Amino acid sequence: MHKTFIKIFLIIAILACFFYTILPTYASENKLKKAAFISQWVPQAQFAGYYLAYEKGIYKKYGLDVEIINGGPHISPCDSLKEKRADFINIGLNTAIEARAHGLNLVNIGQLVQRSAIMLVAKKSSGIEKIEDINNKKIGVWTGISQIQALSFIKKYNLDVEVVPQTYSVNLFLRDGVDVASAMWYNEYHTILNSGYDADELVTFFFSEYDLNFPEDGIYTLEETFQSRPSFCADFVRASIEGWIYAFTHPEEALDIVLKYTKEANIPANRMHQKWMLERMQDLMLINNSIEISGILQEDDYYRVADELKNAGMIDTIPSFDVFYKYCGAYYDKK
Amino acid sequence: MIKNRGITFKLIFFIMTSCTLIFTLAFGYNYLFSRRIIIKGIEGNARDLTQLTVNKIESILRPIEKVPQSLAFLLEQSLCEKEDLLSVLRALVVNNPEIYGATIAFEPYAFEPDSLYFAPYFYRDNNTIKFMYLGDDNYQYFYWDWYQIPKEIARPVWSEPYYDEGGGNIIMSTYSVPFYKYEGDKKVFKGIVTADVSLSWLQDIVSSIKIGDTGYGFLISNNGRVVTHPHQDLIMHETIFSVAESRGDNRLRQIGKDMINGKTDFIPFKSLVTGNKCWLSYSQIPATAWSLGVLFPQDELMNNITRLNWVVLFLGIFGFLFLLAVIVLIAGTITHPLRGLYKATKDIGTGNLDFNLPVVASQDEVGKLTDSFRYMREALKRYIKDLQETTAAKERIESELKIAHDIQMNIVPKIFPPFPERKEIDLYALLEPAKEVGGDLYDFFFISEDRLCFVIGDVSGKGVPAALFMAVAKTMIKTIAHEFGSPEEILKRVNKEIYQGNDSCMFVTVFCGILDIKTGRLCYANAGHNPPLIIRKEGSVDFLNIAQNPAIGIIEEATFIGQELALLPGDAIYMYTDGATEAFSKQRELFSEERLKKEVSACKEISAQRIVENTLEKVKDFAKDAPQSDDITIMVLKYLK
Repeated sequence: MHKTFIKIFLIIAILACFFYTILPTYASENKLKKAAFISQWVPQAQFAGYYLAYEKGIYKKYGLDVEIINGGPHISPCDSLKEKRADFINIGLNTAIEARAHGLNLVNIGQLVQRSAIMLVAKKSSGIEKIEDINNKKIGVWTGISQIQALSFIKKYNLDVEVVPQTYSVNLFLRDGVDVASAMWYNEYHTILNSGYDADELVTFFFSEYDLNFPEDGIYTLEETFQSRPSFCADFVRASIEGWIYAFTHPEEALDIVLKYTKEANIPANRMHQKWMLERMQDLMLINNSIEISGILQEDDYYRVADELKNAGMIDTIPSFDVFYKYCGAYYDKK
Repeated sequence: MIKNRGITFKLIFFIMTSCTLIFTLAFGYNYLFSRRIIIKGIEGNARDLTQLTVNKIESILRPIEKVPQSLAFLLEQSLCEKEDLLSVLRALVVNNPEIYGATIAFEPYAFEPDSLYFAPYFYRDNNTIKFMYLGDDNYQYFYWDWYQIPKEIARPVWSEPYYDEGGGNIIMSTYSVPFYKYEGDKKVFKGIVTADVSLSWLQDIVSSIKIGDTGYGFLISNNGRVVTHPHQDLIMHETIFSVAESRGDNRLRQIGKDMINGKTDFIPFKSLVTGNKCWLSYSQIPATAWSLGVLFPQDELMNNITRLNWVVLFLGIFGFLFLLAVIVLIAGTITHPLRGLYKATKDIGTGNLDFNLPVVASQDEVGKLTDSFRYMREALKRYIKDLQETTAAKERIESELKIAHDIQMNIVPKIFPPFPERKEIDLYALLEPAKEVGGDLYDFFFISEDRLCFVIGDVSGKGVPAALFMAVAKTMIKTIAHEFGSPEEILKRVNKEIYQGNDSCMFVTVFCGILDIKTGRLCYANAGHNPPLIIRKEGSVDFLNIAQNPAIGIIEEATFIGQELALLPGDAIYMYTDGATEAFSKQRELFSEERLKKEVSACKEISAQRIVENTLEKVKDFAKDAPQSDDITIMVLKYLK
C-alpha cells in the first residue's frame, strides 16, 4: 500500500515540475491578444455565451484576452466601436445596417440569432384576440430603430392605432396605459408573465411569423480590424460560439455566471427570468434543435431588413451585402 | 375467535376498544372544535393586524400624495412664471422631509415653445437641497414610466418601487400627478408633478411586523415585485410569480394574482422562509395598489392548543395504561380465584377433596362462589364420609344377608335323594330366592316309619324378615309335626304359635301333606297356598282339590280342613310357590297356573328332579331378562310303589 502511494506521489511531483517549467514558456510563446467586447445592454442571459467563453477560458484557449464591457441605456455600442473603446460589439442587424448606412464602417462577422424575438403582446381582457382587434387601440412601440418592425406590421395590416412610445419597461402596459406592448420574447414577455399575467390571458404576435423576421444579435467589428486581423476576428467569433454552446449545454452553470454578472452590475435580476431568457436564446439561436450555431448571415435576411429600413426612411442607401458581411469560417483553419 | 379467549383478554379487548373509541371521538371533537375556535380568533386578529398596518401605511402615503396634488392643482389654476414655479417646487421639497425630490415635468414645448425638455428637479443630497433640470437626449423623461403611465391613464399613480440612482440601496417610489390646462373647452395634458419618496419607512413598518419568532410581513408591488421581505435576496429581484415559478408552485402564483388584484384574504400558506405551515393574511394598500402580506406561523400560534392537545393525549394514554392496569387487576381478582376454582373442580373430578381454595377477601360474586366451593368441599367430604360409612354398613349387611341366605339355604334340605333307602318315593325340591334371602320354604321328614311329612310355604314379604319368619315357621312346623299326626292339626297348632309372636303381622301360606308310603294315602291341608298339581301315572295333570283355609299367622283360632287323596304308584304331587306362576315376562304377562299345568303335563315318565328342573327352566325362559320378582320354590314328590 505505502509503496503504491509513494509511487503516485512521485509521479505527481514529477508531472507538476514538468508543467511548472513548460507552461510559462507556452504562455509567453502564445501571447494573448487583447480584445474588448461591449454587449448592447446590461448584463443578462442574452449575453451568456460571451460570459461563458470568458469564464470558462475559451477566449484564452483561442489566444484572446477579452475584456467584457457591460452595455446599458446610456452606452452606445456603435459609438464604442467607432471610438475604438471596443473591438467587438453585439448588436441587432437593423442597428448595424443603420450604422453602416450612416457611415460607420462596421462589418458583420457572425450572425448568432437568426430569428426575431420581437413580438406584440396584448391582454385578452382588452378585447384583442386577432390582428384586426388591435384597431383603435393604444400600442406601445419602442423608440428608435427597434420601432421598424412594429410600424411595418401596423402598415402591413393597415391598422388604425395610437402609437405610444415605449422604452425600458412594460409597466405602462401592465397599468393599462397601452393595450398592446412591444416585447422581446426572451425578456419583456416573461416580465409580463411574472407580473401576474398567465400566458392564456395574453395574445402574442411574433413578427417573425408575419414576414417581418429581422435576425437580431450578431457580432460586429470595424472593417479595418477585420481586414488587418481576420484570424483575430475569426477566433473571437469561434470562441464566442463555443461559449454559447457551452452555456446551452450547461444551463445551471451559465445561470450562476449570468447572475454573478448582474449582481456585480447591481442590476435587479432573478434566476427564473434569466433561465427563461437563456432558454429562449437557445430557441432563437439553435434552429431546428441542432446544437450548432452557424454564425452565417443569410443574404435574403439581410436585404429584408435593409429594405424595411429604407422604406421606413431610416436609411437612404443599402450597403452591399458583400461589404457588410464577412464570413469568418474561411479563417478558422488558418490559425 | 374472541369468544374462546380468556375473561382478562375479553375485558381488556372490549373495554379498551370502547374506551379508545370514546376517547378518540372526544379528543377528535375537542381537537377540531378548539382548533376551529383558535383559528377563528387568529383569523380575526390577523385580518385586524393586516388592516391596521395597511391603514398605518395609508396614513403616511395619503398626506404625501396631497403635496404634489396641491401643486398640480396650483399649476392647473394659475402658476406659470418660471421663478414662482421653481420657488414653490423648492419649498415643497424643503418643507416636506419625507419627500426626497420633486419635479414638475412638462410636455415637450409645453412650458417654453423652444425647449423640448422642461423639468426642474429639486432633490436632497446630504441635508442640502440640490437642483437640476431633467431631460436630454439620453434621458427623454416623457418616455419614462413615472411620466408616461399617469399621462396615459390620466390619474395620479405611484410608480413601481425602484432603487435610487445613487445606488444607496434605498428603495424609492415616485408619486406622479398629471396636470392639465384648458385650451378653450379642451382639457390638454401639460405635464407631471412628481414626488420621490424613500420607502425605507415602509420597509421599517412592514419589517417591524413580528408574529411569534418566525411570522413576518412582506410587501409586493403592483407587478408582484417583492418590496420588503425577511429574505433580502428576494427584494426587488424577484416577483412573487418568479418565486412561484422557481418553486413550481402554482398556488403561490394564484395567491400573487389575488394579491395584486386587490383582494383581501386569510389563507393557509407555507412560509417561504421556514417552510412551516402558516396562515397568510393579505390586503391591498389602496393608495399604491401594492399588497401587504402577513405570515402567521401556525405552529407558534397553535402552540398552546397543540400543547393542550398533547397534554390531553398524554393524559389519555396515561389513563389508558392506568385503565389497563385496573382491568388487569380486577380481571385478576376474578380470574385468579376462578382459575383456582377451575383447578379445584378438576381435583374434585379426580376425587381429591383436599384441594386448596383461592383466598378471596371480597364478598362479591367470586367471594360467594369461593365460599360455596368451600361449603361444597366440606359437604362433599361429609357426604363421602357418610357414604363410606353407609357403604361399609351396607356391605356388612350384604355380607350378613349372604350369610343369612346361606343359612336359609341350609335350613331347607339340600341333599337329594333325601332318603335313598326308601325306594317308594322320588323327591326333589329347589328354592330359587328372588333376593339374597327369601320367604319360601319347603321341608320333608318322616314323622313315623312310613309316614312322610312334607311342606311348602311362602312367607308374605321378602328379604330378611321373610327369611327369619320362614325359618321360624319351618322350625315350628317340623317341631309340631312330630307331635300331631294330621296336617290340619299341624297347621292349626303352628298357626296358633306363630300368631302369638307375630307383632309384625306377617303370614305364611303353607301346603302340608303326609304320605303313607306303604299305602299311598295322602293326607293334606292347605293354608292359603297355591293348589299343587297332581300328576297321574296315566298322564293326567290336575290341580289338587283344596279346601279354603286361611294363611298361617292371620287368625289366632283358625282351623284348617284336612283332605285325603290316594296316590297310585307313578303318581306325583307337583308343589310350587307363586314365584313360579306369577313370574312376569318382559311384556308384563303372567306365567299363570294354566301355563304351569301345561308345562308340567309335558313332563312324563321322568324323575322328580327333571320335572323340577324342566319347569323351572320354562319359567326362566318365559321371564327371560325380567328380574325375578319373587322366590321360586318347586317341590315334586313322586310315589313309586
